[in-house]
Order: sequence, then C-alpha cells, then structure tokens
Amino acid sequence: MSTVSAERQAQAAKQSRQLGTLLRETSSEIVLFVGAIVMMMPFLWMLSTALKTPAEILTWPPRLIPQEATLANFVTVFTTAPFGLWLLNSLILAVVSTLGILLTSSVAGYVLAKFSFPGRAALFTIILATAIVPFEVYMIPLYLAARDLGVINTLPGILLPFVIMSFGIFFIRQNVIASIPDELIEAGRIDGASELWIFGRVVMPLLTGPLSALGIFAFMQAWNQFVWPLLVANSKALYTAEVGLALFQTGFTINFGAVSAGSVISVLPILTVFIILRKQIINGVALSGLKG
Amino acid sequence: MTSPITRKRWFFAYAALAPILAIYLFVRIIPIGRTFLMSFRNWDLIALNKPFIGMANYLELLKDPSFQTSLVNTTVIAFGIVILSVPAALLVAVLLSRPRKLSAFYETAYFLPVVTSMVPATLAWKWILDADLGPLNQFIGFFGMSPKAWLIEPGLAIFSIILLSAWKVLGYNMIIFLVGIRNIPATYYEAATIDGATNLQRFRYITLPQLRPILLFVSVITVIQSYNVYTQVYVLASDAQGAPGYVVRVLVYDMIENGFRFFRMGYASAEAMVLLLIVMTLTLLQFAFLRERT
Repeated sequence: MSTVSAERQAQAAKQSRQLGTLLRETSSEIVLFVGAIVMMMPFLWMLSTALKTPAEILTWPPRLIPQEATLANFVTVFTTAPFGLWLLNSLILAVVSTLGILLTSSVAGYVLAKFSFPGRAALFTIILATAIVPFEVYMIPLYLAARDLGVINTLPGILLPFVIMSFGIFFIRQNVIASIPDELIEAGRIDGASELWIFGRVVMPLLTGPLSALGIFAFMQAWNQFVWPLLVANSKALYTAEVGLALFQTGFTINFGAVSAGSVISVLPILTVFIILRKQIINGVALSGLKG
Repeated sequence: MTSPITRKRWFFAYAALAPILAIYLFVRIIPIGRTFLMSFRNWDLIALNKPFIGMANYLELLKDPSFQTSLVNTTVIAFGIVILSVPAALLVAVLLSRPRKLSAFYETAYFLPVVTSMVPATLAWKWILDADLGPLNQFIGFFGMSPKAWLIEPGLAIFSIILLSAWKVLGYNMIIFLVGIRNIPATYYEAATIDGATNLQRFRYITLPQLRPILLFVSVITVIQSYNVYTQVYVLASDAQGAPGYVVRVLVYDMIENGFRFFRMGYASAEAMVLLLIVMTLTLLQFAFLRERT
C-alpha cells in the first residue's frame, strides 16, 4: 500500500519536473525568438520602406508588408544622387585600407615578435598605449596634418588614418609568438635564406588564418567609417556611402524610399560577408574582446 | 660586443619598422601630442598668431553651458547604454549557452547590428521612431498610449539614442558573455544539480559570481566606447533643414562644432583632452580590476 503511493508520488514528481523543464524551455525559446524579431525589426523596416511606393510610405497606419512592392526606389537612389560613386569610394577605401593594415600589421607584428633589438619593448608599449586613445581625441591635429600634406578632399586623405591598426599589430604579434617556432626561422637562416625571403615564404603562409580574420575586421572598420570621411570629403564626388547617405537624408525633400533603398544597398556587402563567415567573425570578436 | 649577425638582424628590424613607425608617428603619435599642446593655446585656424594661454581653455570649459550639457548628455547616454544592453545581453547569453535548434539564427539576429554600419542602422531607427509615420507610435498605440515625439523632445531623444546604441552593442556583449559562460567548468553545474539547485539558483550562485570579472569588463568597455557617441546623434537629430545636434548635444559633436565651425581648435583640443581623461580613467580602472582578479 505505502510502496504503491510512494511510487505514484515519485512518478507525479517526475512528471511535474518534466512539465517544468518543458515550460522553461518553451518560455526560453519564446524570449529568444521575440528578442530576435525585435533585433531584426530595423532591418525589416528598412527593407519594407525601400520596397514601398512614395504614397504608401506616407500612409498611416504603417504596414510591414508593402501592399504593392516596387523596386523604383532602388533606381531613384542611383539617379538622383551619385550613389554608385559613393559605393565605389567606400569600396576603394575599404580595400586599400585592408591591404595597408594587413601589410603593416604583419611586418610590424612579426618583427616585434621575433627580433630582439634595443627599443623593442618601448615601441610595443607605445603602440599599445596609443591604441587606447579614441580617434576623436586626435582628429583635429590629424586634420591639420592632412591639410599640410594637401590631401584634404582627396581619397588618400580619407584613407590616411586607416592604413595602420594598433590592434592588428598586437594581434599578429600574438599569433606569431603562439604559432611560429624560432627553429623554423633559424632553419631558414642556416639554409642561407634572406630575412625577407623567410618573412614572405615561411612566416606569411603560416599566418593566413589570423590575416584573414584581421582582413575581415579591417574591411568592416573602413566601410563603417563616418566622422573622418565627413570632415575630409568636401565635394559630393568624394563622399563614401556612409557620408552620402547621412547627408542625402538631410536634403530639403527627403525621399524616404530612396534613402531606405540606399541603406539596404550599403548594408548588403557587410551583411553578406557576415552571413558567410559568421563563425569566424564571432570567434574573432570573442578572442579580441577577451584580450581587450 | 654585438656580433655582425646580430647587427644585421637589428638592421633588418629597424628597416622593416621604419616606414610603419613613420606612418604611426604622423597619423597617431604626433596628433595625440599636438592635441595636448594645442589645448593650452588660443589656436584659431585663421589667425596667424596662436598664443599660449595656459589653462584658459580648460577654465572656460568649466563655465561653458554648451560643454556642460554635452558632458551630462554623453554621460547619461554612456551609462544608459550599459544599463539597457548589459542585462539584456547577459540574459540572451545565458539562454543561448545551451545548444538550440535555432542557435545559428539567434546568433545572427542578435549579432547583425554589431556589424551593420551606423548610418544605415540609425536611418532605420529614425523611421521606426518617426512621430507621424513610425511603427513605434503605432505599437504603443495598441496599449492605449498617445504618440510621442521620440526624436524631438529632448528627454525622449536621449532615450532614443540610448535605445538604438544598446541595440547595436548588445550582440557584442552577448558574445563576450557566451564565451565567459562556456568557460565556467561544467563540474560546478553538475555538483549544483546533484545538490538539487534550481536554474535560478545555478545562475545566482555559479554563473553570476563566475562572470563577475567579465561583467565588469563588458560594462566598462561599453561605457568607454559610448563616450565617443556621434554618428547616431548626427543622423537621428538632423532634420529636414539639415541642422543636426541641437536636440541632443554630445561631447564629440560640441568638439567638432567648436573646431570646424567656429575654428576654435585650441578650445576644441581642450575638450578632446577631457574626453581622453575620462577614457583613460575608465581604462585604468579596468586594468586595476583585471589585476585584482589575477
């Protein structure tokens, strides 16, 4: 009699535990899902506005799904503004900046990791210390330097601050220390290889992983720049997609649809890269973030 | 005595570093030094004479209502972003720390704003927050609330900037928390389960204490980054007449206006030094915490 009730009790407890787990899992899933939709909302709204007709954009109440979707805004943004040129400027800036950062980071990172020479520690400290200083702090003197150099309102001027990256140097240095044994470099030297050859043919091929991670970051960083290009580019033809969009939307006649279409297009490259390389990017963030 | 081989290597090291160091000096080190020096001068872009005036710029800042407003607004925004984004990021990270069917989708959805550039992201929010046509007013209307001028009323405009910035940084903070949670030894949780701890207890007594240093790290880094807030304000607050920034004035905005509109670059440099001082203090605090941990 008592054993039966104990069994029954145990079974009831087990059932309620299972029910509790199910409830908890479901509510967790709901929280995550609703949160994810909220996070995506600005993107969805941007896309929705881009696909709406001018009349529908001005209709209340607003709808997420356009009643009659149109691609006209995507045409307008290229015809009423030199948006194609702005995208090209952004692309040039991002590509050259990425190449510059990869080159300077790999050379400096390697030398700082594998060569001992007087002043090395001081140099590395300076690079780390200046990394803390926000760009906005030294932007005014940098502007004056760019002016003295005669590169205001030119693409090289916009590019100027973005060919080196303190974090890049630090990141490559850590990777060289962790993954390239001294013996490998010594072996090259004993074989009579030049330092340049060792760097190009032995070290660089071993750094493809970290270099591609750094490359993704450099590209995104350059593509997303705003303040500096805004200060340096004075003529419309030199705007980047970011600057062009920001100034385009302050015009007297705001074309919501066209600005949205422009936003969608300017977001697309980074979005595509992110969706393809999501794992690597997130791992990279985790790594760099925790190292500060 | 250094051998010829050693010297040859030194030569290579210096030769390789020289051009990089030159760029570094030109775009980073010298400008930082010049900000400091200019902050003690009456540095007008047009005037030929740029006299040394000691602390006068700093003293003027103390009495400048525009600077004070900017400093207060920026501080409110920076801490607001932390308050809004850190707990939410922690919650999402805890829920995501266990593998789920939709994990990839969730990770993408929460992280996407981090990689999106600020201008289009802000533009998207601008329409969501639009007083006349925005879906947010429609949404709060379902709950019987009257429409609000999110971008025009100063308090609400600050809130809007906090909201959008928190949305943007949440995914980054979430990833850092996720790594932290995954680094907590599984044995801790197993032991707690054997002892019959509930999920909430496990969070309260294992996850939270274990994450404390990371929680601090994330909060401080979020504050530091938020002190540079500019793009959001520029895009959100600019109206059809193209007169941005008057609703919500922030430090970088005030600085750029002083420097590039009124050409008072010495004065703007003093503001830049204040920004640097704030960031440095927070960074040093961060280091102190990290040292305490190890």
